Amino acid sequence: MAKLESSLKNMIISLAAISLIAASVLGGVYEFTKQPILDSQTNKKTNAIKEVLPQNNPKILPEIEIELEGKPNKYIVFPAEKDGEFIGAAIQTSSMGYAGVIEVMVGFDKEGNIINYSILSMAETPGLGSKLTDWFKTDKNNQSIKGKNPSIDNFTVKKDGGDFDAITASTISSRAFLESIQDAFNAYLKYKEKK
Amino acid sequence: MKNIKILTNGIIRENPVFALLLGMCPTLGTTTSAINGLGMGLSTAFVLILSNVVIASIKNLVPDKVRIPAFIVVIASFVTVLKLVMEAFVPALYESLGLFIPLIVVNCLILGRAEAYASKNNVSTSFLDGIGMGLGFTLALTLLGGVREILGSGAIFGLKFIGDNDGMLLFVLAPGAFIALGYLIALVNTVRKK
Repeated sequence: MAKLESSLKNMIISLAAISLIAASVLGGVYEFTKQPILDSQTNKKTNAIKEVLPQNNPKILPEIEIELEGKPNKYIVFPAEKDGEFIGAAIQTSSMGYAGVIEVMVGFDKEGNIINYSILSMAETPGLGSKLTDWFKTDKNNQSIKGKNPSIDNFTVKKDGGDFDAITASTISSRAFLESIQDAFNAYLKYKEKK
Repeated sequence: MKNIKILTNGIIRENPVFALLLGMCPTLGTTTSAINGLGMGLSTAFVLILSNVVIASIKNLVPDKVRIPAFIVVIASFVTVLKLVMEAFVPALYESLGLFIPLIVVNCLILGRAEAYASKNNVSTSFLDGIGMGLGFTLALTLLGGVREILGSGAIFGLKFIGDNDGMLLFVLAPGAFIALGYLIALVNTVRKK
């Protein structure tokens, strides 16, 4: 078959046809992947909530949004109860890290002690700030925030007079992380007041 | 025989990273670990093979003056399909590659092969060229990712073989990418010239 000549008519027809086919293919793929994408996102969140709450299969109540004064972010509280009794809450919190927003899910028990945390998303430097995923869970020196309570312990890094060791060479990420935990705790207190 | 040559052409003699120096942005940006390099390489190979085949088959229906926009539409469609499928079925890899998936559209390797090869050759040889170039790109990215991971984090494919904090962090960061790539190109070229 000979090559189509570059006349205006040919160019328009050819580009329009290609775009039309591309658009219909994309539409089909979008419809097909819509549900799996949604599922994987909700899965990730529910898994994170489960991970940071007590491991005795609590019932998770509908979420509540909390705003704090002077903070642009919203904090989402997922209260949990067991046999009708309030046992704590998972709180979705965030702060500005070294490279973009760090989103964290953190769980508190009834007294405000931290149960666990899980990083939902971040773009910190691989190999440095990205160590956030495990650093503050590791029981070594003054790293772990598990079982600590922001009303008793000072949630800033050692360098700023706080109680926790920052990640080596990632003070900014560590600061941001601890700030997000402190904010989550404040949101938790506010939620408890309201209740 | 000729077909085998087309296939191996992209892997060694005209390796897109080590010889043609195409697609440097994802090469330097995503290879912080071997698995990321492999993922990025395979994603690019997928788009490259499919776009080569489609472009070779429609080349006579596209007037010369609008060939570049037409090729870009084809490539962008495949990249979007890839992005959606990855987001749905391998969310972990999708997250670690992040912004670089949509950026495959502007990877000059793909448009370069479309323009230089697929628009002048038939479907089957373009398909082979896509596989060869794709494998070459994947191999190069995995190699670079592996080197950076070994030096930077003391691990390979996520398996740690030295203790915590003992890697040379430089190699995980951007400057290390340039240094490692430079030495790899020198090494590959020495071997290739012999």
